Amino acid sequence: MAGNHSGFYHGRNREATMQDVREALYIGSRSDGTLIRRPMSPHLQVYKMRLSMFLSISNRITGVIATAGSALGVAWLAAVAKGPKAFATARKVTGNPLGQLVLFGWIISLVWHTIGGLRHFIWDVGQRDSKQEINEDGPVAVGVIAGVGVALALSLLGVSCARARRGRTK
Amino acid sequence: MNASNTLHHTVRRSQLGRARGLGAAGSGPSHWIAERISAAALLPLSGWFVVQMFRLGGSSYEDVTAWGARPVNATMLLALVATSFYHAESGLQVIVDDYVHGKAHAPTKIAVKIGVYLVGLLGVVSVLKIALGRASSKS
Repeated sequence: MAGNHSGFYHGRNREATMQDVREALYIGSRSDGTLIRRPMSPHLQVYKMRLSMFLSISNRITGVIATAGSALGVAWLAAVAKGPKAFATARKVTGNPLGQLVLFGWIISLVWHTIGGLRHFIWDVGQRDSKQEINEDGPVAVGVIAGVGVALALSLLGVSCARARRGRTK
Repeated sequence: MNASNTLHHTVRRSQLGRARGLGAAGSGPSHWIAERISAAALLPLSGWFVVQMFRLGGSSYEDVTAWGARPVNATMLLALVATSFYHAESGLQVIVDDYVHGKAHAPTKIAVKIGVYLVGLLGVVSVLKIALGRASSKS
């Protein structure tokens, strides 16, 4: 009877047995006062990383990167508002390969976060949210992110560089 | 294996009283919905911005300011900046709620709010200056 590890405090007819002192931290109670073992969320260090987990956390990370990039976008707007000198400085940054790498990362993050957000919309209306469907859609999302992101970033940077070069020679 | 083995403690509060103050009950749903609505609004706004960047990328200072001086462009830019930073702020608040605990929680939330909204305001002021500052000086 003792030694039923999974049944600690759970349900009406299980004997209360604590296997590990840390389980004291998992005691919770239902609204009627029954003591239960609280569920534990998956532990990053214990679970093998899967695509669904990676896409889940990456949606947050790309959201933060997109915010930082938007702050840089505001810095660009502020430079335009400040005047020609500040605009010339901003242009040096956006014309620099390192600056363009940052722009590239910003665009990829925005596309990534947008695709992740669209998946959340789909789940919110109750579609494609079973374990199997999520695992099927994950690789598709990666493909769409890579395709749309790289195509958008390269074409935008290409168009911009071409126009800037034309402006300089004019 | 009988009912007397079940551990139990007597609850003297109503179930609503127990739920209150235990997490998001109250403001959670409206925050969640506002996050989704701002996300949905950002889709057409971002689409407009991408098109504009294809038209504008690499342009000269004169072309950029002339573009920003147009009322429709300034309006769309303001909508984009305001919605972006509103959405960013509501997302960052959730991240702080999830990962920052204890005494640091409240100051971090306030710092994130101040920081994100100040950057957003700088964007708004810049767009307004580009849109309004030019019309009087030229044309």
